Amino acid sequence: MAENDLDEGKRRFLLTATTVATGVAATAAAVPFVASMMPSERAKAAGAPVEVDVSRLEPGQRMIVEWRGKPVWVVRRTPEMLNTIKADDDRVADPESKRSVQPPYAKNEFRAAKPEYLVLVGICTHLGCSPVDRLQAQPEPFAADWHGGFYCPCHGSLFDLAGRVYKNKPAPDNLVVPPYKFVSDTTLVIGDDTKGA
Amino acid sequence: MMKTIKKIAAILLIVPALAWASEGEVKLDHAPIDPYDQESLQRGAHAFVNYCLNCHSASYMRYNRLRDLGLSEQQIRENLVFPDVKVGDLMKTAIDPKDAKEWFGTTPPDLTVVARSRSSHAGPGSDWLYTYLRTFYKDSTRPTGWNNVVYPNVGMPHALWQLQGEQVLKEGKQQAEGYMKTVHELALDKPGLMKPVEYDRFVADLVNYMTYMSEPARDDRTTVGLYALIVISILIALSYALKKAYWKDVH
Amino acid sequence: MAATQNKQPVTGAGPLNGLLTWVDQRFPLISLWKEHAAEYYAPKNFNFWYYFGSLAMLVLVIQIVTGIFLVMHYKPDAAQAFASVEYIMRDVPFGWLIRYMHSTGASAFFIVIYLHMFRGLLYGSYRAPRELIWIFGMVIYLMLMAEAFFGYLLPWGQMSYWGAQVIVNLFDALPLIGPDLALWIRGDFVVSDATLNRFFAFHVIAIPLVLLGLVAAHLMALHEVGSNNPDGVEIKKNLGPDGHPVDGIPFHPYYTVKDTLGVMVFLALFAIAMFFMPEMGGYFLEYNNFVPADPLKTPNHIAPVWYFTPYYSILRATTAEFMYVLAAAVFAYGVLIWRTPLRGKGKAIALAGVIAVIVAFFAVEAKVWGVVFMGVSVMIFFLLPWLDQSPVKSIRYKGTLVRTALTLFVIVFLVLGYFGTQPVTDVGTRISQVGTLLYFSFFLLMPWYSRMDKVKPVPERVTG
Repeated sequence: MAENDLDEGKRRFLLTATTVATGVAATAAAVPFVASMMPSERAKAAGAPVEVDVSRLEPGQRMIVEWRGKPVWVVRRTPEMLNTIKADDDRVADPESKRSVQPPYAKNEFRAAKPEYLVLVGICTHLGCSPVDRLQAQPEPFAADWHGGFYCPCHGSLFDLAGRVYKNKPAPDNLVVPPYKFVSDTTLVIGDDTKGA
Repeated sequence: MMKTIKKIAAILLIVPALAWASEGEVKLDHAPIDPYDQESLQRGAHAFVNYCLNCHSASYMRYNRLRDLGLSEQQIRENLVFPDVKVGDLMKTAIDPKDAKEWFGTTPPDLTVVARSRSSHAGPGSDWLYTYLRTFYKDSTRPTGWNNVVYPNVGMPHALWQLQGEQVLKEGKQQAEGYMKTVHELALDKPGLMKPVEYDRFVADLVNYMTYMSEPARDDRTTVGLYALIVISILIALSYALKKAYWKDVH
Repeated sequence: MAATQNKQPVTGAGPLNGLLTWVDQRFPLISLWKEHAAEYYAPKNFNFWYYFGSLAMLVLVIQIVTGIFLVMHYKPDAAQAFASVEYIMRDVPFGWLIRYMHSTGASAFFIVIYLHMFRGLLYGSYRAPRELIWIFGMVIYLMLMAEAFFGYLLPWGQMSYWGAQVIVNLFDALPLIGPDLALWIRGDFVVSDATLNRFFAFHVIAIPLVLLGLVAAHLMALHEVGSNNPDGVEIKKNLGPDGHPVDGIPFHPYYTVKDTLGVMVFLALFAIAMFFMPEMGGYFLEYNNFVPADPLKTPNHIAPVWYFTPYYSILRATTAEFMYVLAAAVFAYGVLIWRTPLRGKGKAIALAGVIAVIVAFFAVEAKVWGVVFMGVSVMIFFLLPWLDQSPVKSIRYKGTLVRTALTLFVIVFLVLGYFGTQPVTDVGTRISQVGTLLYFSFFLLMPWYSRMDKVKPVPERVTG
């Protein structure tokens, strides 16, 4: 009887040890499978920083660049446009960009490293449509007193010329500013804001 | 006559093991490569980009993967990548496959996994490549003017002839088991920019790199494999003890 | 004895037991567990050869899981397939590991299955009442061959391409329907994108589904009649006072812990292969398959992957002149039947069959027969339960005749397999022809030699 008890104890111990060890090993074996679903080298290469030459972008115009499969807008704002942004402060939901996503150097009045150039990810923060540009200040069907900005055709969200969302619109946040840097006066790198190199 | 033989003998001393019987398979030279020699791999990568990539592609290999060889992305961008190519791109060739087909009669094959596909029961693909790249010789009967010992009537000209120089094929007789065997030997006719030892080293580096490129995961594979075996050994020990404990009462 | 102490799973309180009770009132969880594990009594004398059943299940799981993850990255498109495999090997995180696991798993599957089948031959596990287990198992084996064949096209290398081309052309050899059948299988005039897509569909959906169903049937049939054992003794004939076989032990925990050990040892060998020699000298991954498929250029030497080569040897051994030898052999077989006392019309039917076969041998060309023999050499395993007329099941109590025949058969199988991987030579063909004769003799002469064999007395109980 005493010997049997000893056996039971040994069995229980080994059973627990083997089960735990096998569980740990199985979890380790699952790692490669889970990891294989992360972006591949190809996806990373496609998501690599994009160099944009903005020398031919006229004041008041917008260009679209593809970065990580998403549209990125570069708008060259005129001084008048920048003035409207100041005037928009009481119209937009988050004038100081407290809630929205942007690199620290774009967390300012114009949401840009250089006020002249606005760089935005052109995806509405509501449900992922790409808003259309209505850059001119003129009466529009969706807003009689329009200062210029972007209009999302899906659910009617409005954004000003700094990508800030209007109050009482479906979109909760301002448009996202991607990381970027100027490597020269007219050359912009989107997706990379590391210094040097 | 004696002079020629002596000359051949002298060359044979410098370039050993390049003799083979005219009948039967060519014996491949063992490639003196070391997958852990990063400098050799880096030299090989340079050679590959400069000499091979003009006509051949390695279109499953990304430039930035060369980080495996101890190079930084910066170094790769500055030394290995053509200006209009991104560092994350695949190693595509500079020439249009259609042009290549017109010029060489066939599209130069992609070389990414050639070190694996050229393996055979005669030896690993690295040995084949090492021998192949060192056994081109002048042959006026071929459209390119070149022929090769391990790949007879190959469509590719000797891309490295400026480095190696020009070899010619010489026929000789050799005593073999009671009869005279016809033996072919390569002799260096015009020296190239490199001495034979230097050229062999150059080709070895290139082959070292191509072997790496055919399976970049090899290093990871053996590392992960070792950990896996350690874990499994523990599991074997535990499950053996468990089995013993349960089977004690089975008689 | 502790062996018979079985705790009821649903005893005591606790939230887990509560849940178990809840489930069991709605689904026969506990009775299933008891029927197939805790109270499935297996003979206590299983030896080394009995590991391979559970290992085959393990490899099936490995192949399904790795397969699912490979399909996430693989492109079944003639223009992209080869590149997508290299993409998996390089760009996908740990893609190389998953791919090597799948390619090594393919070969491991056949190693395990061949050893599992050999166990059946050793201990007569196909004999009554286990004929259906054997038949389900054989269908699993056939499906596995189909699965391997379809899967081998997917990397779209030279061996993939030309292997598929040659095998599909085998159907072309069949009389009347052959050419149309081959065309229908390919969906094109050569192996092409269309072929790749349908092979992909079969490989990832159709055959795995069938395999899973068959494995279930195989196990249900096994658990219905109970496992055989190295002594070939029916343990159910000796029941103890508790109603369980005295030579039986509950599958759980005894065989679950034993099979766990087997699994771990197998995994160690598997890891050595997949991490340190994934190409296995060109047998697991053929070197030529690292060259993208080129419909204009056949490689110098094409051979099927090793697990098909015994049958491939039989195909190649069937030359026009070999048909005369075979005709003579069939004639001799006819004489043997003639001299054997048979009941009723059996003898007349058998002799008519022999004459019909000999006539057919010369009416149809050898190429067709090569295909037929290759098919028959696989299918003939189905007949084993009825060919074996020995009064005992296990090799332990069989005599010299059967032991010699089985040894010879194993050697012949290996030799045929070896020559199937080699380029055609005169010597190789001769040896393969002798091998082919011996291969079929093993099966077709079995009713005679298994009866003539001097058997030893079988004990009442298993011998441990």
